[in-house]
Amino acid sequence: MTFDAERARKDFPILRQRIHGNPLTFLDSAASAQKPQQVIDAISRFYESDYANIHRGVYELSMRATRAFEATREKARRFLNAREAREIIFVRGTTEAINLVAQTYGRTNVSDGDEVLITQMEHHSNIVPWQLLCLEKKAKLRIAPIDDSGALIMEEFEKLLSPRTRIVAVAHVSNALGTVNPVREIVDLAHERGIPVLLDGAQAVPHQRVDVTSLDCDFYTFSSHKVFGPSGVGVLYGRAELLEAMPPYQGGGEMILSVSFEKTTYKGIPHKFEAGTPDIAGVVGFGAALDYVMSLDPRALAAYERDLLDYATEELAKIDGLRLIGTAPRKTAVVSFVIEGVHPHDVGTILDQEGIAVRTGHHCAQPVMDRFGVPATVRASFALYNTREDVDVLMAGLGKVREVFG
Amino acid sequence: MSDLRELYQSVILDHNRKPRNFREPENANRCARGDNPLCGDKLTVFLTIEADVVTDAAFTGSGCAISTASASLMTEAIKGRPRDEVERLFEGFHTLVTSNPRSPAVTSQLGKLAVFSGVREFPVRVKCATLAWHTMNAALSENGEIATTE
Repeated sequence: MTFDAERARKDFPILRQRIHGNPLTFLDSAASAQKPQQVIDAISRFYESDYANIHRGVYELSMRATRAFEATREKARRFLNAREAREIIFVRGTTEAINLVAQTYGRTNVSDGDEVLITQMEHHSNIVPWQLLCLEKKAKLRIAPIDDSGALIMEEFEKLLSPRTRIVAVAHVSNALGTVNPVREIVDLAHERGIPVLLDGAQAVPHQRVDVTSLDCDFYTFSSHKVFGPSGVGVLYGRAELLEAMPPYQGGGEMILSVSFEKTTYKGIPHKFEAGTPDIAGVVGFGAALDYVMSLDPRALAAYERDLLDYATEELAKIDGLRLIGTAPRKTAVVSFVIEGVHPHDVGTILDQEGIAVRTGHHCAQPVMDRFGVPATVRASFALYNTREDVDVLMAGLGKVREVFG
Repeated sequence: MSDLRELYQSVILDHNRKPRNFREPENANRCARGDNPLCGDKLTVFLTIEADVVTDAAFTGSGCAISTASASLMTEAIKGRPRDEVERLFEGFHTLVTSNPRSPAVTSQLGKLAVFSGVREFPVRVKCATLAWHTMNAALSENGEIATTE
């Protein structure tokens, strides 16, 4: 079955508008994806008829709100094929999920002289939390290098797994390059040495179904807003036995069993990690987003996005002086590039006048920019509502760039 | 396209292609670094100040067309001027790229720098145009800090 993008486009009301007089061509879903009507409606409906605080009231509305909130946890479990819903922790996003692991698992298990292993292609959110931890614990942050195509050099990665490595944290998919990492192999190599693995799945889940049970990873993180849900919500999946052994992240209401000034006892997982009133409606909207993506045929979508990537790559290669940054054999539908003599920021401004939204800058991955010797790139990223026509519009826009810059 | 032509005027494109005073002078006695973390622009401004007059101004670094051309035109504009005039020019330039509607008084005072008036239609690019000026100002006041647009 082929994926019907024209039908999917109709679900996204924001796409029906003009920007600077031109139809909107949205090519920045890797930064944040647009929301289908189903998600927007679920949030409105929830506020209109079911809203109350959760896990507290004995009254009807609170029970409805709690049910809707917890139903999303079960959807997220199903989405990731986790064993148990209590292994799903709601957080504000991938950044908070990684910080949570660094500050709880990390602070408990990493000490003086130990090592944390990440890769050269990580987003700042999978670098800085570990730097903070290493600084505090006098541990070393080790960086597995990438090759000229933007693929992880597996031999080097394996060499960096040492008896002092306490955790491995790797992007499932690189945000700046689109590289898909061989995460199953990474997990196996680490587990052979008894090292747990965190996978940053923020860029993976919008494009493929993830199965944490078969990947056998210890932690998996992703954000709702990249998978067509609202911003401000994300998931930390953790293996139950690890989560149970970890100390709480934040203290407060909701995460406790009993509190006295002498001693506080905590709830079990997942609530131990969910202090305070969460983004309840956001979680409900996230549930609708998960329903939306789970209703799609993952194979048809993958084939569709592969075609978009191939088409965009082919077309961009026709432009003189254009250099693609990130050409790994396994990629998601992301094209990052620089044009000789034109700064990405100028490209972005000119494309915007054509109604084309692309990301320009370092994509929160400055070490990746350094690796390729560029200060910034232009990144066009595709999602299920993009079409070959969008690639044609982008090409025409890049023609305008040449017109202005000569 | 008309707003774009306003932004990318030929003088700006020319200074981007062939930046003037793009060098590291040996005898500069003031220098400051400027970063625009939003787009990765980085530049260093060098000043030679003698008896409160900017006798030489130069810059190095990399950035977008707007920030490169702005740095280039700035070094030309401030060279040979006394410090207080440079400070007034900085204020005038800032007004030019941020305020609406355009003030004829400011435009005439700025001479060639008036080519940046199109920037005000592109609010996210104002930082590109002002980076060099903020950096120059830091060098002038010699506070040793890295100027940033944030």
